[in-house]
Amino acid sequence: MIVAEPKPIKEVVDMVKDYNKVLIVGCKGCVTVCNVGGSKEVSILASTLKIASRKKGRDIEVGECTLERQCDPEYVKELENIIENYEAVISIACGVGPQFLSERYPSAMVFPGVNTKFMGGAIEHGEWSERCAGCGTCVVHYFGGLCPIARCSKSLLNGPCGGSNQGKCEISNDVDCIWDIIVRKMMTQGRLDQLLEFRPPKSWITSRDGGPRRLIREELVK
Amino acid sequence: MSEFKAESNLEKILKAGHFAFTGECGPPQGANVELLREKGSHLKGCVDAVNVTDNQTAVVRMSSWAASLILAREGLEPNFQMVCRDRNRLAIQSDILGVYSHGIRNMLCLSGDHQKFGNHPESKNVFDIDSIQLIHTVKTMRDEGKFLNGQEIDVPPKIFIGAASNPFAEPFEFRVYRLGKKIAAGADFIQTQCIYNMERFREFMKRVVDMGLHEKCYILAGVTPMKSVGMARYMAKQVPGMDVPDFLIKRLKGAEKGKVAAEGIKFAVEQIEEFKEMEGIAGVHLMAIEWEHRVPEIAERAGVLPRPQV
Repeated sequence: MIVAEPKPIKEVVDMVKDYNKVLIVGCKGCVTVCNVGGSKEVSILASTLKIASRKKGRDIEVGECTLERQCDPEYVKELENIIENYEAVISIACGVGPQFLSERYPSAMVFPGVNTKFMGGAIEHGEWSERCAGCGTCVVHYFGGLCPIARCSKSLLNGPCGGSNQGKCEISNDVDCIWDIIVRKMMTQGRLDQLLEFRPPKSWITSRDGGPRRLIREELVK
Repeated sequence: MSEFKAESNLEKILKAGHFAFTGECGPPQGANVELLREKGSHLKGCVDAVNVTDNQTAVVRMSSWAASLILAREGLEPNFQMVCRDRNRLAIQSDILGVYSHGIRNMLCLSGDHQKFGNHPESKNVFDIDSIQLIHTVKTMRDEGKFLNGQEIDVPPKIFIGAASNPFAEPFEFRVYRLGKKIAAGADFIQTQCIYNMERFREFMKRVVDMGLHEKCYILAGVTPMKSVGMARYMAKQVPGMDVPDFLIKRLKGAEKGKVAAEGIKFAVEQIEEFKEMEGIAGVHLMAIEWEHRVPEIAERAGVLPRPQV
């Protein structure tokens, strides 16, 4: 899923300090799963915003709405006749959400309520970790099913750098050295020979380096 | 390993079978050319080549190619270091052509310390290619006369290709294989991380020799003399992939007041003496960090002077 975290409340309050009618829009997709942008979080942010404004002597109107997905025009459309009643909109979906809202409703003042972090998964309740860098050409099968592009600090493709220390990355003891894990796994599986093969420079054409990306699947296009 | 690949002094020294002795010089954090020349002057005549570091520890300094050219003009042979952190493959290949055009003949290919350690931790990193792919790039340019895209190079650069090896980083059992990968990718010589744990290094070298890697590549053992107990403790605890045994810290602590640095140098000299006899070791890479002025004394005491003329 796409993992996000709430923006500091002060920042959100400051973003909408000039508006008296604010709509908060949540999303039932990834951000609901990672407890940051679902209907529950919409309500919490609405209450917090009202309290924070009241403290500053302002009574504001805060609307609440949670769409099935903010990354789909079909659901974004549901804000028609609602969004125009508000001076500002806070999207607490991932970074896709505020953009889909901005594009569909050009006159709306749209603000992000969360910081989108990465594509990853839950390690345990309240802890998430990155797994995919979206390079556009998956190569995890060369590395025991693990991705050094997303998970090695230097995206090394030919083995661990000299900074690998007791299973941890040189940048922090909180970061696992993925190469340590890859090497140990491949050795255990008797696949060391595969790691000894030279991995040539990767083509980044399919990643963000090739420019903003678009995907068209002809068989699905009407 | 008979014909010359780049005809650098370092290559000639190694191919002639001499015990090589290389040094290191970090470019200034500014355009202080005089300081660089002064640092370089201590190394002149004492070493076969000088590694010129490339924004080491991710701290901005004068570019390694520019500092290499300045030192070359002073009569030193540079070993131009390049990290993959700050350049994509366009800049990498272009800089290789650039330094070669100015007479640089040795290059050390590195991944580079992560920028998180340095003085611009907010920066973006590149890592378009990794250090082993960089070795492969230089070799492709030199031996095939081609860029990474397969296009022919109009006058290919002839570079003696160096790489680093850290025998002490983990996973330990993979390190010798990684060294083998670097050699297979095209490394002509290897300079190791600073060695303090001799026992572990002997074990590493035994595996290197068992695999015959020392016959495919020249291996220079890395030595950094300890200046103080504080430095030893810092290296032990703060520098990733550094193995500083307790006995060495105790030995330095046991030195008389004001004689810790001398004890550090004594240990370094003992190490060099052992490396001279160690199977598979073709020389020493002395990294006297901000201690260039002590290099002549260390070289003298280690019995590596005068340097052979080849």
